[in-house]
Amino acid sequence: MKAGVVAYGTYIPRFRIRAEEIARVWGENPENIRSGLGVFQKSIPDIDEDTATISVEAAREAIERSGIDPERIGAIFVGSESHPYAVKPTATIVGDALGCGNFFHAADFEFACKAGTAGIQTCLGMVKSRMIEFGLAIGADTSQSAPGDPLEYSASAGGAAFIIGDKPIAEIESTLSFTSDTPDFWRREGQPYPSHGGRFTGTPAYFRHVISAARKIMEENGYKAEDFDYAVFHQPNGKFPVRAARMLGFRKEQIEQGLVVRMVGNTYSGSSILGFSAVLDIAKPGEKVLLVSFGSGAGSDAFIFNITDRIESYPRKPAVWDKINQGVHVDYSTYLKLRKKIKMK
Amino acid sequence: MLPRFWRKIKYRYDIVGSVCETCNTKYYPPRNFCPICRRRSSIKEEMFEGKGKVLSYTVVHDTPEEYKLEKPYIIALIELDNGPVITSQVVCSENEIRTGMRVKKAFRKYFEDGEDGIIYYGTKFVPDED
Repeated sequence: MKAGVVAYGTYIPRFRIRAEEIARVWGENPENIRSGLGVFQKSIPDIDEDTATISVEAAREAIERSGIDPERIGAIFVGSESHPYAVKPTATIVGDALGCGNFFHAADFEFACKAGTAGIQTCLGMVKSRMIEFGLAIGADTSQSAPGDPLEYSASAGGAAFIIGDKPIAEIESTLSFTSDTPDFWRREGQPYPSHGGRFTGTPAYFRHVISAARKIMEENGYKAEDFDYAVFHQPNGKFPVRAARMLGFRKEQIEQGLVVRMVGNTYSGSSILGFSAVLDIAKPGEKVLLVSFGSGAGSDAFIFNITDRIESYPRKPAVWDKINQGVHVDYSTYLKLRKKIKMK
Repeated sequence: MLPRFWRKIKYRYDIVGSVCETCNTKYYPPRNFCPICRRRSSIKEEMFEGKGKVLSYTVVHDTPEEYKLEKPYIIALIELDNGPVITSQVVCSENEIRTGMRVKKAFRKYFEDGEDGIIYYGTKFVPDED
């Protein structure tokens, strides 16, 4: 049985803040940020947006574009590290807002930036075992960062939703995961902002997991980098995915379309799948795509997608890049208010 | 508050209203009785279009406590395509809003019941000028 992505939708909030504006406040050299992190601006959620609202908007786009009756969706998994509630699943809110009825599996996932791809794998298993007809996997975040922390230049907001089923527009040929106990980035219960191991987030965390997962899936399926038309890697900044691609032998042209982080920031659980959605926006039948997510803690999910003829009749406008290029820029104080970083009485 | 909102989730998360099949009048929020047809009324639920246009609006500067971070915000009368005229918040700036503006539904937070209370979600509108 062939299964994979039958529909996808994305959502990016309208507000943006430039790296220069954050650097201005904290006395940093903006050029060092732009060239060092490779992030030029990031998205910010509105005051009335959170992971639940982003999830609903992305999922509604997928449902609207595919015309799938929401009551045929048998499972909803929302991956995020910024669920609005510590206890009460975001997936319940999404299910009711979409009109999925009541007979569906629902759970929230958390695995730093890879909880969305974990949901895709779970849906794939349930579809292939015929437990459900369609599964909805969402990765969305309004990611947190402490004021003045380097994370503040990249931690952004957005999400992507995928309906998994048979008759896909992008068939999943293969998927695997690489997981280990690696303390590169964490947030303890009750803490408002995450902590990270600085440079430790690089070699032992991001690169070890992304490269190991990518090499293994290519080796198991007998592919080399040149066999893929596109590759998308998790994008915590503009540097890591470019270096990972180079280490694996991918050319710049294979990763450019999906490299959204420079203009939207790191949307955490939405990051690699927003890049993958940007690739789906222009992909043609017969093309092959490698997707490798990464979640701190740590793990990577790798996928090989084959684009099918069905993609030609799937509505793909507005495209992810159209949404990224729109937006209203705000100053740092408005950003603090929108992110509720100002302590009020 | 909690049970009252819970009972209305279906009607707030999406634009589910009602229509009187006798006179074809559409209502949002939904009614279970048509004031025009009275005893001849025949009410059924209907999901209305999520798009429409602004008929009129007001900019609210003196806000309830829960909305002070959104100040000023806009409340508009929106004529839904093939649907009734409804009252809703339009999320955009004072400079953007205008009569006749095309808008579409958006799933947003209404307000939070403090830091440890429930979060109330529902439908608002955003510009749809693409």
